[in-house]
Formats: sequence, structure tokens, C-alpha cells
Amino acid sequence: MIEHFDLSMVNWARAQFALTAMYHWIFVPLTLGITWIIAFYHSIYVKTGSEEWKRLTRFWMKLFGINFAIGVATGIILEFEFGTNWSNYSWMVGDIFGAPLAIEGLIAFFLEATFFAVMFFGWNRVSKRFHLFSTWMVAVGSNMSAVWILVANAWMQHPVGQAFNADTARFEMQSFSDVVFSPVAVSKFTHTTSASMLLASFFIISISSWYLLKKRHIQMAKRSIMVAAIFGLLSSGFVAFTGDEAAYEVAQNQPMKLAAIEGLYTGQHNAGVVALGLVNTNKKVGDKQDAFKFEIRVPGILSLLANRSFGSFVPGINDLVYGNARENIMGAAEKIKKGKLALAALDAYKKEMKKGNTIASKKSLATFNQNRDYLGYGFLSKPEAAVPSVGISFNAFHIMVFLGTLFPLVCLGFLYFSMKDVLLEKRWFLGLGTLMFFLSLIAHEAGWVVAEVGRQPWTIQNLLPVTVARSNLTTGTVQTTFFMFFVLFAILLIAEIRIMTKQINIGPEEN
Amino acid sequence: MIGNLDYATLQHLWWLICSIVGALFLFLTFVQGGQTLLWQVAKTDTEKALVINSLGRKWELTFTTLVLFGGALFAAFPKFYATSFGGAYWVWILILFTFIIQAVSYEYRKMPGNVLGEKGYELFLFINGSVGILLIGAAVGTFYTGSNFELSIYNFVKWTHPMRGLEAAFSLFNLSLGLFLVFNARTLGAMYLINNIDYTDVPEMETRLRQAAFKNFVISLPFLLYVLVSLLLMKGFGIVDDQGTIALVTRKYLGNLLANSWLLVFLLVGLVLVILGVFKTAKSDSTAGIWFGGLGTVLVGLTVLLLPAYNNTAFYPSKASLQSSLTIYNASSSPFTLTVMTYVAIAIPFVLAYVAYVWWLMDRKKLTVEEVVGHGY
Ligand code: HDD
Ligand code: HEM
Ligand code: HEM
Repeated sequence: MIEHFDLSMVNWARAQFALTAMYHWIFVPLTLGITWIIAFYHSIYVKTGSEEWKRLTRFWMKLFGINFAIGVATGIILEFEFGTNWSNYSWMVGDIFGAPLAIEGLIAFFLEATFFAVMFFGWNRVSKRFHLFSTWMVAVGSNMSAVWILVANAWMQHPVGQAFNADTARFEMQSFSDVVFSPVAVSKFTHTTSASMLLASFFIISISSWYLLKKRHIQMAKRSIMVAAIFGLLSSGFVAFTGDEAAYEVAQNQPMKLAAIEGLYTGQHNAGVVALGLVNTNKKVGDKQDAFKFEIRVPGILSLLANRSFGSFVPGINDLVYGNARENIMGAAEKIKKGKLALAALDAYKKEMKKGNTIASKKSLATFNQNRDYLGYGFLSKPEAAVPSVGISFNAFHIMVFLGTLFPLVCLGFLYFSMKDVLLEKRWFLGLGTLMFFLSLIAHEAGWVVAEVGRQPWTIQNLLPVTVARSNLTTGTVQTTFFMFFVLFAILLIAEIRIMTKQINIGPEEN
Repeated sequence: MIGNLDYATLQHLWWLICSIVGALFLFLTFVQGGQTLLWQVAKTDTEKALVINSLGRKWELTFTTLVLFGGALFAAFPKFYATSFGGAYWVWILILFTFIIQAVSYEYRKMPGNVLGEKGYELFLFINGSVGILLIGAAVGTFYTGSNFELSIYNFVKWTHPMRGLEAAFSLFNLSLGLFLVFNARTLGAMYLINNIDYTDVPEMETRLRQAAFKNFVISLPFLLYVLVSLLLMKGFGIVDDQGTIALVTRKYLGNLLANSWLLVFLLVGLVLVILGVFKTAKSDSTAGIWFGGLGTVLVGLTVLLLPAYNNTAFYPSKASLQSSLTIYNASSSPFTLTVMTYVAIAIPFVLAYVAYVWWLMDRKKLTVEEVVGHGY
């Protein structure tokens, strides 16, 4: 559909999306999680009327406000970036993808924007109960925005409820409920929100640990740690559970992504997971090199994870690229052939329609429909192009899972030391505690890298590769805006961090 | 009932919904207007704090309306979203930029350790209120004056002007529309502040604001007149046959106004309301000017957005390739999506209702010096 494409422009546009999305994600999970915690504190204040809780509520609100502002600033770029850098994508899938974004704006962002002002400035302006209600609405609103954006993202990973319309040459929605209730969307939402809850718990643990190290606000810090450790423990259990579900969905819908995150080149029955490994980054698909410099595998687990059964076959990268007749897997090579047929038929169909040649156009349409599920493959230059970066996918996934295993242990540790009331003596543990927020941020970012890099070369899995999704821009233009955003964000991030640390330093005192 | 609407009705309905959101946005730009007034009307730190805090309780609303405007266009008219954002790249990027810097400014301006200092963030607010609104006006102006793009048969957009959209700001018509919006926003900003703040402790600022409302309105008039007169006289991009062929039609927009005479009513009533609002603010001690000015702006805004789309007109015309022009018929989503979205749109009145309720609840008491000094932004 696009005659030629400029690969370096596409790569800069990818880098720009990665940059802006990852910046956005520094702030969003904290918003998603901490709004619930603030609502919880605020409820206790309204119930007890205690000034102590009011001060705490206001303190966390203030930190939230600082975080929220920059979250909003980075979000608006992302929304418009679909149009500016990925305009062909916007046109080709806007029929389906635009809807959740519009609904997000209408349902979620307005809830947040309206009640945000009440939450911050309503202390003496509205009744106590309405004020509390507003705080809860902010939490509901922000988590609703997660619903819709994740529905949109889940659809890119697993495009259900749509069909390609040859006349308009784009994808059109067939079923809204299939899009919204897609199992991928459900698992994404539960995993992301629970991981955000975990991150918010660690935010509190980090700050409180730091206070304890400095011997300040000791009572408040101890109490906060107790609450946060319980929240953290519960949510980390949920994160692991939903993470397993996410991996299952990946295995079912994006086998190439699964193979990449485990560095599995040759498919196996009874496949194992790599507990520890160093990826050989020189390896290319199809060559004879080893995939790992070293690795420790636990057999059987990957088959269990992927198909919920020990002995089952998990396809490897080679199977997916070159095909595997015994396991009945069609390779990318063959899919490319079908995809090219589909593209040629579509072209012919368009031309014949223009000439008014109905018989010939019907024939072309039939050929197209036979092959249309492989449409996206028609754009790939070679079968090996269907493989994402194994190194990045593998490392990101294993960092996330390693941290995911560590987190409940840390929460248990905090609970245990809190109950024995020896936290103040365990300075090394408090030191670890101050780091937890940053570690959970790393886990979050790694999770998104798994999801997004693992999806490559597709923007819409199997249907639309990144090279076709792009806009008609020069590399220089995209480079310029990349650096514009980079510099602006760097300044704002530095400002945010300094403001945040200053406020934490001031602490929960009335000013 | 919604399930039975035909495609053309849905397309008209969705252009109307997008236009309503856009028109509400224009009303809410009183925030931006207020930002540009800061240095003129607030002479002391206390006065500044009042202005910033008053606007600071509404900026999210304006911002979110802009986001929704984008989202609604994406869902209902994806081809416009793709063509305009991917094509007129630099205008949109610059507009975005001015909104990014706005979003952090209220929160960070007064905070210790904010790196850029109070003045830095105030400058951001000024840029957002001036450059941001000017460019939005220029972009809307291209609905009438056309843009420089070509679409391939697969609707891939190619921009034919090296300035990638910024050239829009160099047309007298677009520029006038932009400047009108800037000064109208300032007029609205002054009227909003008059309504929102308790002036017992800062009487001088009240006088300054009432004068500002009048002055800015007067400055906006020549731009408005130029836009209106050009509109009535200029050629427009019409759909001239059943195949959807686009051609230049003499006095197209005048024709549209006469064909949909309710638009003419909107326009006239809107203008009268704005004038009424200004006079109430400047020549009496009423605080209600903003409601007249606001409703008036919404009506004028609706006219400006509906006029180039209804009555078989191309709302995003291409100067470079007439037949690439976008109309509500060729740029919309499928009937299925529009139907689904129409069900969703039932939520709009509820959203408007709770926004209005919360506004009333929060603003019953005017903002006082006592409330903002040492607290708030
Ligand atoms: C505190 C953060 C955190 C932690 C500890 C974990 N995750 Fe996670 N994970 C995320 C935060 C996250 C995330 C940032 O929220 C992601 C990115 C995309 C998404 O939907 O959620 C994600 C994505 C994500 C994906 C990719 C989904 C896709 O490609 O669409 C998988 C397979 C897992 N996770 C699996 C796990 C497993 C097995 C974990 C072991 C306990 C785990 N995650 C812990
Ligand atoms: C906020 C969390 C997110 C992060 C950190 C993130 C990260 C990334 C990264 C790293 C890339 C570049 C991948 C590559 O080119 O190798 C990317 C691309 C992209 N992502 Fe995300 N992403 C996030 C959420 C989303 C969501 C919610 C959507 C859609 C609703 C989305 C849509 C896209 C698109 C359209 C691209 C560009 C095309 C592509 O490279 O496939 N992202 N993202
Ligand atoms: C890459 C795709 C994304 C786009 C286009 C996007 C868009 C936006 C926009 C426009 C805003 C500002 C809203 C306002 O006016 O208040 C925003 C903020 C927000 N977004 Fe995103 N977003 C993306 C990714 C995500 C993801 C993946 C989530 C959650 C799972 C999320 C959750 C939020 C939340 C909670 C906010 C509120 C402000 C804050 O960040 O603290 N966003 N986003």
C-alpha cells in the first residue's frame, strides 16, 4: 500500500514513541495506585475526624498532585502522536482503535479532571462527605482511563472483532464487545492495575524507610509501612497470578513473542524456562550459533505456562519462521507468500473497480479474501523480519519476573520486622526499602518493553507492520521532535524530582 | 432507535458532536486568556496568587476538553485525524508543545526546587495562552482556506508544502481567526475572573479586569469583521455531484448560511450575547458577563465549525489536489463504529451535568485572598 519506506524514519518514530510512552509510564502507575491509598486514608480521616490522618491525607495528595501534572503533560503527546507519527495506522485502524480513546476521554479523564479540583481545593468548600466522594472518584477515574487505553493496546496485541474492508482498504469494527472484553484486555488490565497498586505501596515504603533512616516522623512512618506492606503483599500475589495469565495469553496469541522472551529457537515438547541466562546477542535467526552464552533451564515449566500442560509443544523461533510440518505450524515464509497474493489481489481489485470491470473485480476480491489473514506478512521483506529483538525481550522479561519474585519477600520482611518492632535497628533493610520504589518502576518499564518490543515488527499483530503504520515524514523531522521532547522532558523530570524530594523532605507538616 | 440511524445522519450527528466539544473548548479557553492577562491585571503577589488559583481550578477542564476533541475526531473521522496530524505536522506539534508546558506550570510554579523559577512557569502560561490559541485558530482557519496535501488511493497523505502546516499561519484569514480567538479568550478570561474572585481586598484589580474585558473585545472586533466578511465573499469547496466531486463554488459559505438559516441565527445570537457579556462586565458591576460571553462563544464556535462541513461542503479541503479533500462522508468511521459511539455519546449530557454541578458547588463562594495566600498554587 505504501510503495517505499524510509526505515530510519520509522526507527526514529519508534524511538520517539518508546521515549514518550516510557516517560508517561514513570508517572502513571503511581497515579493509578496511590489514588486508592489516598482515598483509603481520607476515609479514615472522615470516619475518625483525627487531624493526624488529615495531615497524612494532605501529604500524599500533595505528592500525588506533583506527579499527576507531569503525567497529564506526557499523556497528551502520546494521544496526538498516533496521528502525527503513525498517521497511516490512525487511518487504517481508527475505526476500531479511536473508539476506546474517545471513550477514555469522555468517561475517565472528565471524571478525573472534575473531581481532582474538588479533592485538592474542596476542604472548606464542599461537605466532608462530598469531598470524600470526590477523592474516590479521582481513583475511579484514573483507573477507568487504564481500562480504555489498555483495551486499545490489547487490541493491537490481539486484533479481535474486526475485518478488513477491501473497498475502503482499512480495518473496520465488527463487534464492540469482542474488542472490550477480549481476554487479552482483561489480563492486561488486572495485571497493570495490580502492579500499579504494588508500586504505590513501595512508594510509601520507600519514603517511610527514608524517614526511619533519618529518624523523622517515626510514628507515622512505622504506621505507613505496616499498611503499605500489607497492601504490597496482597497486590504482589495478584501481580504474579495475573502475570501468569498474561504469559498464557501471549503464548496463545503471540507465539513469536513468547519464543523471544524465553530465547527459544527450536520448539520443544516439555519446554523449559530459563532461570538464569546470558543471551548471545550475535546470534541471527537461521545461523548455527548458540542462543545463550550460558543458561540454566528448568524443564517443563514453559509448556505448563504456555498451554497449561507439561508435555505440550511450544514452538520456537525457527518453527515460526521456517515452518514445522510435523507440528502443523505454518512458517513466516509461507505466510509472506500468501500476504503478497492478498496485496496483489487488493491492488487488482481496486483498479478493476475503478474501470467498472465487475467480473474481474469479483475474482480478485475472492483471491484477496482467501489470503487476507496474512495481509500484514505481505509487507515483510523476508521471513526473518518477523522476529523481534530476542536480547531485549528476554532481558526485560527476566528482570520483571525476578523482581516479581523478590517483591513479596520484601513485603514479608517489612511485615515481620514491623511486628517485632525492630525496623529502626535494621538499617540495611531500610536502605533496601528506600530503593523499592525504583525497583518497582524498573519492573513496570520492563513489562512494557516485553509487551511492545516483543510485538515487533507488528504495530497490529500480524496485520500491520510498523513500516506501513508510519506517516510521510523525513527522518530529520522526526529526529528534531524527538530531541525537542527529550530536552523538554528531561527538564521537567529534573524539576519534578527536585520538587518531589523537597516536599518529602518537608514532610507531612502543615505549612 | 440509534440502531436505525442511516449512515449520512450518523455522519452529520458526529460532526455536530465534535463541533459541540470544539465550541465548548473555545469557551473554556478563558483559562488561556486569563493566563495572558496575568502580567497586566495582577500587580502584586496577592493579586497574582488570586488569578493563578482561580484559573488553576479550571485548567484541567479545558485541557481535557481538548483531549476529548482529539479523541472524538479520531473515533469519528479517522481520516481527518490521520491527514491533518500526520500532514500539518508542525502546527500540531507546536500546539501540543504549548499545552505540555501549561500542564505542569500551575502545580510547579510556586514549589521550592522547581528549576525554572516562578517567572519561567509564568512564561509557559503566557506562551500557551497566546501562541497556542493563535495556532489553533490558524488550524481551524484551514477548514475554509484549505491545506496543501494529496492522498494516494490508499489514503496515504503527502504534504506538498515544506512548512508542513505552519504555512497556515501566514494566511491573512487564518491569522485573523487566530488573533480573534486570542483576544476573545482574553475577554472571556477577564469576565471569568470577575465572576470567580472576591474583590473586597483587591479592588484595583477588579477595575483593571473590567477595563481589560472591554479593551480586548474592541481589539478583537476588526479581526472578527475581517473573518466574517471574507467568509461571506470567499469561494468555498463544495461537493458538486453524486460521485462526491469537489469543486470551488462561488460564495459557498454564504450559501451554506442561507441554506441552514439556523446557523445564521446561531451566529447572530452568539455575537449579541458576547457583546452583552462585555457590556455587563465593563459598564455595570454585574459578575454574570462570563455566562453571556461563554454561551455566545459556544454559538459562534458552533457556526464556525459547522459551516464548512454541512450542506455538501468539504471541511478539510486540499488546495493541492481538490479531489483529495475530506468531507464528512469520505472521512468518517464505518456505520457500525458511529452507531456504537452514538450509544456512548448518551453519556455526554451526564458528564456535562456533573461538571456543571461541581462547578456550582465549588464556586458558590468567591475566591478570597485568605484562601490562596500560603495555600493552593
Ligand atoms: C511491578 C511491576 C510488575 C511486576 C512485578 C510484574 N509485572 Fe508483568 N507487566 C507489568 C508489570 C509488572 C506491566 C508494566 O504492568 C505490564 C506491561 C504491559 C502490561 O499489560 O503490563 C507487564 C506485562 C507483562 C507481560 C506482557 C504482556 C503482553 O505482552 O501483552 C507478561 C507476559 C508479564 N507481564 C508477566 C509477568 C510475570 C510472569 C510476572 C512474575 C511475577 C510479572 N509479570 C511481574
Ligand atoms: C505507557 C506504557 C507504554 C510503554 C512504556 C510503551 C513502550 C513502547 C515502546 C518501548 C515502543 C517501541 C517498540 C519498538 O519499536 O521496538 C512502543 C511502540 C508503540 N506503542 Fe507502546 N508502550 C506503552 C503503552 C502503549 C499503549 C497503551 C499503546 C496503545 C494504546 C501503545 C502503542 C504503541 C504504538 C502505536 C507504538 C509504535 C509502533 C510500534 O513500534 O509498534 N503503547 N511502545
Ligand atoms: C500510549 C498510549 C497512551 C495514551 C495515548 C495516553 C493518553 C493520555 C492523555 C491524553 C492523558 C492526559 C489526560 C488529561 O487530560 O487529564 C493521560 C493521562 C493519564 N494516562 Fe495515559 N496514555 C497512554 C498510556 C497510558 C496507559 C497504558 C495507562 C494506564 C494503564 C494510562 C493511564 C493514564 C492516567 C491514569 C492518566 C492520568 C494522569 C497521570 O498520568 O497521572 N495511560 N494519558
